[in-house]
Amino acid sequence: MSGKPKLYYFDGRGKMESIRWLLAAAGVEFEEEFLETREQYEKLLQGGSLLFQQVPMVEIDGMRMVQTRAILSYIAAKYNLYGKDLKERALIDMYVGGTDDLMGFILMFPFLPAEDKEKQRAFIVQKATSRYFPVYEKVLKDHGQDFLVGNSFSWADVHLLEAILMVEEKKSDVLSGFPQLQAFKARISSIPTIKKFLEPGSQRKPVPDDKYVETVRRVLR
Amino acid sequence: MSGKPRLTYLNGRGRMESIRWLLAAAGVEFEEVYLETKEQYDKLIKDGFLLFQQLPVVEIDGMKMVQTRAILSYIAGKYNLYGKDLKERALIDMYVEGISDLMQMILMFPFSPPDAKEKNLESIKERATNRYFPVFEKVLKQHGQDFLVGNKFSWADVQLMEAILAVEEKVPAVLSGFPQLQVFKTKMSNMPTIKKFLQPGSPRKPPPDAHYVETVLKIFKN
Repeated sequence: MSGKPKLYYFDGRGKMESIRWLLAAAGVEFEEEFLETREQYEKLLQGGSLLFQQVPMVEIDGMRMVQTRAILSYIAAKYNLYGKDLKERALIDMYVGGTDDLMGFILMFPFLPAEDKEKQRAFIVQKATSRYFPVYEKVLKDHGQDFLVGNSFSWADVHLLEAILMVEEKKSDVLSGFPQLQAFKARISSIPTIKKFLEPGSQRKPVPDDKYVETVRRVLR
Repeated sequence: MSGKPRLTYLNGRGRMESIRWLLAAAGVEFEEVYLETKEQYDKLIKDGFLLFQQLPVVEIDGMKMVQTRAILSYIAGKYNLYGKDLKERALIDMYVEGISDLMQMILMFPFSPPDAKEKNLESIKERATNRYFPVFEKVLKQHGQDFLVGNKFSWADVQLMEAILAVEEKVPAVLSGFPQLQVFKTKMSNMPTIKKFLQPGSPRKPPPDAHYVETVLKIFKN
């Protein structure tokens, strides 16, 4: 065994993408096994590797971790991206909860019938610009620091950048009313580990396409 | 200010109930403010009280905390119900997240259209008996300890207890194939703080009824 974390998921974003982002941001190399067939999935199920019969699953430090939030919390804590005390952790958890809800609307987007997509896109943009982005814009404006919490790079920053880029894929000028977030986006994107993740050839996955949707439906049936 | 945590929500279970359970299990007294009208809710939003314009909100230790999971993690961390190290925390998080997926089905149930209720009830029963309860039955059987993680009472035990009782309200004989969980349920019921919470007059809320559903729809309608 290589000692590197190993990710089990489809070859696409889904719920695993936030985990890829966080590991990459922490400078942690990882391996991936992509589920392509129903048989692979059933083999994992029969082997008892999936605690609740679901993916994502990440082999890390001798554990087979499931549940996206549990995996992310573990990585954040292990790599010191979870604040310095309970109160900073509380802030990070709150902020990540918000970006998680926002990205949740985008997660299901590829699976919607074509006729519902435009309405959902408008919904995503409306929520981003009226409920979520204003919060982070204000946080950054109020303390004037580079990072969301405790003047220190954390999971909350990685998650927010991921969310910003995903919403921008739905509406490219969505940050036009948010100068702090524009500066934040530029700053965080230039952090070396993140810059590397944003370059072609990294393990970042592209916007989900029909093939991805087909694979998920086929494997999970 | 009394120093006690203050919970603002509807007078019913919803997403706040897990927080009531955890505070109660930790022996922490708390106050509650109940929203009954849309005007009260709109005022909270207008006053900037709700970070993402949503409930639950818990005032605790000078913070206005939102996001159920963030609140629960904070309480668990503060009151030593989160394991002794990162790996125990990872186990607790995994267990709690799994149970939370099951609880989500129960949360949404009262809001399902009448013609979907039977199907949704069947899904709850199926998931509980085939996906979630077998996991915890096995965990308890394998280590033979009283508590799920680290031989010590934790958030995971509280969350599992809440889930068992919530499913039993819908599927009374659901534990019939799970002897370990039956023993676990009895043990948890006898823990002093939990025993107190299970008695009449505690802050525990009853199962959602038509009035609760009506209040939710009234307050959160756009």
